[in-house]
Amino acid sequence: MVTNGRGAVARRDATNGTAKAPASRIEVRKTYKLYIGGAFPRSESGRSYLVKGADGTPLANACRASRKDVRDAVRAARKAVPGWAGKTAMNRGQVLYRVAELMEGRRDQFVAEVAAAEGLREPRARDVVDRAIDRWVWYAGWADKIAQILGSSNPVAAPYFNFTIPEPTGVVGVVAPETSSLLGLVSRLAPPLVSGNTVVLLTSEARPLPAVTLTEVLATSDVPGGVVNVLTGLRKELVPVLAAHVDVDALDTWGVPDALRIETERFAADDVKRLSRRATTVDEARFDWLDDRATERPEWIAAFLEMKTVWHPIGT
Amino acid sequence: MIPAPEGAPNSWGLGDGQAIPWEYAPAPEARDIVTLKERYGLFINGRFVPATGGDTFVSIDPATEQPLAKVARATPDDVDKAVDAARRAQRRSWGQLSGRERAKYLFRISRILQERSREFAVLESMDSGKPIKESRDVDVPLAASHFWYYAGWADKLDYAFPGRIARPLGVAAQIIPWNFPLLMLAWKIAPALAAGNTVVLKPASTTPLSAMLFAEVCVQADLPPGTVNIITGPGEIGMALATHDKVDKVAFTGSTEIGKKIGRGVAGTDKALTLELGGKAANIVFDDAPIDQAIEGIVNGIYFNQGEVCCAGSRLLVQESIAETVIDKLKDRLSTIRVGDPLDKNTDVGAINSKAQLEKITELVASGVAEGADLYQPACDLPDRGYFFRPTLFTNVAQSHRIAREEIFGPVLSVLTFRTPDEAVEKANNTAYGLSAGVWTDKGSRILAMASRLKAGVVWANTFNRFDPTSPFGGYKESGFGREGGMHGLHAYVRLEDR
Repeated sequence: MVTNGRGAVARRDATNGTAKAPASRIEVRKTYKLYIGGAFPRSESGRSYLVKGADGTPLANACRASRKDVRDAVRAARKAVPGWAGKTAMNRGQVLYRVAELMEGRRDQFVAEVAAAEGLREPRARDVVDRAIDRWVWYAGWADKIAQILGSSNPVAAPYFNFTIPEPTGVVGVVAPETSSLLGLVSRLAPPLVSGNTVVLLTSEARPLPAVTLTEVLATSDVPGGVVNVLTGLRKELVPVLAAHVDVDALDTWGVPDALRIETERFAADDVKRLSRRATTVDEARFDWLDDRATERPEWIAAFLEMKTVWHPIGT
Repeated sequence: MIPAPEGAPNSWGLGDGQAIPWEYAPAPEARDIVTLKERYGLFINGRFVPATGGDTFVSIDPATEQPLAKVARATPDDVDKAVDAARRAQRRSWGQLSGRERAKYLFRISRILQERSREFAVLESMDSGKPIKESRDVDVPLAASHFWYYAGWADKLDYAFPGRIARPLGVAAQIIPWNFPLLMLAWKIAPALAAGNTVVLKPASTTPLSAMLFAEVCVQADLPPGTVNIITGPGEIGMALATHDKVDKVAFTGSTEIGKKIGRGVAGTDKALTLELGGKAANIVFDDAPIDQAIEGIVNGIYFNQGEVCCAGSRLLVQESIAETVIDKLKDRLSTIRVGDPLDKNTDVGAINSKAQLEKITELVASGVAEGADLYQPACDLPDRGYFFRPTLFTNVAQSHRIAREEIFGPVLSVLTFRTPDEAVEKANNTAYGLSAGVWTDKGSRILAMASRLKAGVVWANTFNRFDPTSPFGGYKESGFGREGGMHGLHAYVRLEDR
């Protein structure tokens, strides 16, 4: 990645990850936008911020989403709940699997972007991207199984058939990990999605570009518009708005900076949001997202489920 | 209206809402099975101790307004002591026991509750105002079976969480309400102990006595000191307990308002939290429902325990075509409900738990009248003393009325109507709460369709207010999160480690 002589941002070539100065052909640069309701708007505020690579080189301008963008995203997510939660579990699994198929096709682009964003060497970046794709496949497979693991029939002491089934909570706000721009994000995005929740996701603030590319994958897979909504911007502006929004049913605070933790959880308590928290003892920046045991967990799906128990009489 | 046959008593209740109730001779349950102490201390580390500073408060019988006993008023120092005792027991005694040994203690407790069930039932009715037939047939047996159920899990946790090792969280702070004092205690303590946690429990300040009797049961069962600690006092003490540094888990049952405060109080910590909060349940009656069965279900849904039930069916949604019939039959049924002495075995509706609660109910009912709903109350006599309230029915209720939106926690039913299943779902879900719901219809497919569309943690089909230790209970939305009961109830008390 380079800048040209006048300070404008030049784009890293997506296919091989090397920097190329414009030569005979002027490169077509990509505009990194928000993803709301299946569309790619800029921030309604018209604001952007400069995203730099791990080595400090400017990479691109990203949208600096506003509180209005958060509200628009929540509205889109709410609207998408019945359709997504209403799909058959197997269908949802296939739709999510298709996301992995399309990620596979854009592997090189992801590798280049993750390498630039996280300052990884190519083999390591490739490992991270491969694992992100595999993780997506792992979670997609849970769609039509999680109810069998977490549901139950309950032998009550009366003539009733009593059963408990998990249902999606609804709209989930995900504050994606700050450090792991793609693998961490995928590991936290897939669990709420697979059971039928819709998501408003705040990307890593400093490393948002791989997430934006992922939205292009989502838009061209069969994930209905509004099921995943992705915002780039400043954590201190967006996290409190998302946490306080009364139409967000649950919040994944994994990526919430320590300085915002108490405020965020207090906002969430005001309307009894479900919280999926990173333990205070876990350092976000050091967490090993390559560790499958630590990151492939049905518990992470269960955090965004409601258990419904139904009593049905037995009689003639 | 069907005319009654010649010479038949008017109490058959056939249609005009004015039936004269049958006369019942008093059938009081004897109180002498309960031996109350003059005062109760805090139960810390296996012993009853006075509060630091020696302050007490009085627990009264809401049916007579007479004092029952003095109870210690805990201070923040006492909270420290109780939490320390629990932590010590978790490290040194209870937490060191195998699941097999923990199970045997819990079975013991269950057996003692069964053996002393009459005593517990009478005391519970004296202290809370609930009818003896409910404490005798519901609260106490369910409390005993709750311990029984979780006793069996204590040495089988590996099977509840495949691929994981279930570790106790540590010390659980548990705060419970006054509507089912012993039963809520059992819901809290049984799964916590089964999983290897120790507890500090704070009962509600108007109903501490069955918890004090339970403390005696712990002694009788030789439970290691500090495993169960019970502290009594006002709400601030509950908050001090919930936010205590050395507490690992907070379980609260009570109002949504306080639940939110607790949520704010533990923000930023690693404390695990489960909340079982308020409700405004819809009880939905379709035109093909078995009507007489539904009437009984509606009555049980809202007048059980004076309506002081978080999952009470306080909004009746009845299909328009049968609304008139249902309302007529309900009015008749209301005229046969017996309100009075909680210790009388014939009593259906006992005393309201406290003066403050009676005032709250009265205020909300007045708001219903002021906002234009039609009030109906049967012309039953109420005792001269004590906190009593007539079973109340509101018709012509709009969704915007306070009585249709706010949790009343009293014997007050709001009747609304609907035409289509879609409208029923829309209205039922039009609330910030989501604890329970009822569906009355003869059509099985409709039951399952409604059950899946209702945003509620428990859906009762052709029944209401059923509880069982194997059956998970808990809310959607602002009715809280986490489940109590069943295998799911264990989850609230364990930390899962990789195998």
